[in-house]
Amino acid sequence: MTMTAIQAPDNSQRLLHRLRREYFASPLNALVSLLCLAVLAMLLWWALDWGVFRATFDSAARADECRANGGACWAVIGNRWRLIMFGIYPYDEQWRSALACGIVILTIVLSCLPRMWGIGRLAAIWLFGAVIFYLLMKGGLLGLPLVTEEQWGGLALTLFLFVSTVVIGMPLAVMLALMRRSEMPVIAKVTGLIIDAIRSLPLLAILFTFAVVLPFVLPQMLTGEKLYRVIVGLAIFFAAYQAEIIRGGLQGTSSGQEEAAKALGIRYSHRISRIVLPQAFRLALPATINQIVITFMETSLVVVVGFVELLAAGNAAYNTGEWKFAYVEVYVFISAIYFIFVFGLSRYGAYLERRMNVGRR
Amino acid sequence: MTTIPIWRRKKVRRNVLQGAFLAAIVSVIGIAAVTAQQNLSAQGISSGFGFLWRATGWEMGTSLLPTSPNDPYWWFIFNGILNTLLMGFVGLFCATLVGLVIGLARSSNNAPARLLGTIYVEIFRNIPLIVQLFFWYAVVTQLPNPRNAIVIGGVMLSGRGLYLPGLNVTMLPAAASMAVGVVAILILLWIAMARRFARLNVHRRRTLYLGVIAIAAGCAAVALIMGRIPDTPLVSLPELKGLNIRGGITLRPEIYALAFAITIYGGAYIGEIVRGGFKSVGRGQVEAAQALGLTPWQVFSKVRMPLATRAMLPILINQYVWLIKATTLGIAVGFSEFFMVIAGSITHSGQTLELISILMVGFLIINFTLAAVLNRVNRAIALKGKQIGVSQ
Repeated sequence: MTMTAIQAPDNSQRLLHRLRREYFASPLNALVSLLCLAVLAMLLWWALDWGVFRATFDSAARADECRANGGACWAVIGNRWRLIMFGIYPYDEQWRSALACGIVILTIVLSCLPRMWGIGRLAAIWLFGAVIFYLLMKGGLLGLPLVTEEQWGGLALTLFLFVSTVVIGMPLAVMLALMRRSEMPVIAKVTGLIIDAIRSLPLLAILFTFAVVLPFVLPQMLTGEKLYRVIVGLAIFFAAYQAEIIRGGLQGTSSGQEEAAKALGIRYSHRISRIVLPQAFRLALPATINQIVITFMETSLVVVVGFVELLAAGNAAYNTGEWKFAYVEVYVFISAIYFIFVFGLSRYGAYLERRMNVGRR
Repeated sequence: MTTIPIWRRKKVRRNVLQGAFLAAIVSVIGIAAVTAQQNLSAQGISSGFGFLWRATGWEMGTSLLPTSPNDPYWWFIFNGILNTLLMGFVGLFCATLVGLVIGLARSSNNAPARLLGTIYVEIFRNIPLIVQLFFWYAVVTQLPNPRNAIVIGGVMLSGRGLYLPGLNVTMLPAAASMAVGVVAILILLWIAMARRFARLNVHRRRTLYLGVIAIAAGCAAVALIMGRIPDTPLVSLPELKGLNIRGGITLRPEIYALAFAITIYGGAYIGEIVRGGFKSVGRGQVEAAQALGLTPWQVFSKVRMPLATRAMLPILINQYVWLIKATTLGIAVGFSEFFMVIAGSITHSGQTLELISILMVGFLIINFTLAAVLNRVNRAIALKGKQIGVSQ
């Protein structure tokens, strides 16, 4: 008997095979491929032509020059980027706003490192980040001039809304989730009702209620400033969704774990914080990151109740007589900022999901 | 044997805790109600729902049925709900179509189509809906003025709106013909689903369908022709008169900007759900179908699609509820949907608590109804028993 060695096809053949399978499997498939490639090429050319070749980059350029060139007018960004990033924050103090943004981004990046995952560490990082951000932005001590919340704006405000929503909302979500699975029927039912009611409402309605209606129905001493009311509204909305995600994680951890801890006489707070919650969070991690990403995007809704965050600052940036025509450039710029944050976070979530699936198989 | 002191007994503790919890919630609501009452009486506004029958005194903007400042609040709110439902329906329908195309492209074995789908999803899913909405609104309002409107057939598009050909018909017959259409669709669905028609053969069924369609079309046509505004042609085409466009049906820019934004954004999310659905169809099922000699189209329509639909429907329900809630963004561009009418009513009438509770109840009903209907469909089509070869 002779053994015939199975020869590995060489690389070029493999490429050809793949090309045939993925591009030209049948006449119809070939047609679709060519059509899609043509569309792709057209989009790419159009984007390059508009955004690079015929674009005006010189920030000293005026509107007429841009029109003459025919492409994108990046001069509007060059002229108005401080407004978009920092809103109406005092010009000389804008370095503080930039530094504060940097600290928030650092906080996010740090909490993405697996080495930082522990309830204590994460809470410490986020609280620390939020406090430093607040002190830097507000000032009033260490020789920094006081800048009140009404003057905050742009990207810094967006990040502040985001961080404080998550910092307040996450403990609230844990509390709601634990209350919903409580053995006491009244607490469980009422919490369930509250969570479902909040989830069925649009976020805009909740923001509107907290911004406009609340001063009306609460005694004066409890109302606080509008910005903080809106943050509480965002946090409650986030908590209602996050509570359901955590509840899913709690249901996924086997009940034997908690029963064993009970049998060992470990008390409730330790059972929850050291045995059940860490496992539940591990299971709920992908959905949690997804929810955090959605929350980041949803901070832009506060534009409706009159805050000058990233989107509203962008609207203001092109809404002058001179730059009225350059709205596409401004929206592309804002979208790019949102995209970087959201895309980065969601890629990270997908990576975590893969990593955890490897462990389970 | 020692007795446990009363404050350490489990049952007592639990009851006390629950009582305290209830008391806290009741007192928060109570404080809110009392404060609101005080504020209202300070402003000279009486609480209660009596204001719903007062005339509003302001313009509502876009509405399906005619509205005027003399109409009462309940009529405005009703029209707002209609607008929300219409926008929700159009948005869901278009987003589902786009999502199907994108999802199919992303799960095809054609590399360029996959790439195109991926680019679409990554761009439109990662930018907030409201940013996209503002962008599209800026695009459609900066189109040329009515004099230089873009004309395609009988349709005219300008920065002030989209002008479609319409019918010169009064309200009642138009509503009647629409009702006839809805009834006809319901009958068709009933024939398609109900067990009593299941035994009819294909030809009989087809004649039944055609019969229903013909009768409905006839009734609608008669109603429209009879109800025509006298001395005008039946079809009214938009045309330029002076500085503006007259005739036909006018859609204001915020309507199609919002519909477009919801379609594009929702399409990206639904595309991912569709892709997930196709991914969950077991390889074995597809291979078995191929081994039986089914054509690629049959494999798709009889095996992959039905199985994928069952896998994606539960997730789609959540997405649909989300999209209905997203219509509230209309307030950002001035589309007078439910939320915007409520917000406007609050500023004009000051009946804050009543209006907010109407808003809450309204959205609860809309969302629960949608979820209940879709859940029923889901239960009806779900595969019974344990499945082989379907992952998840």
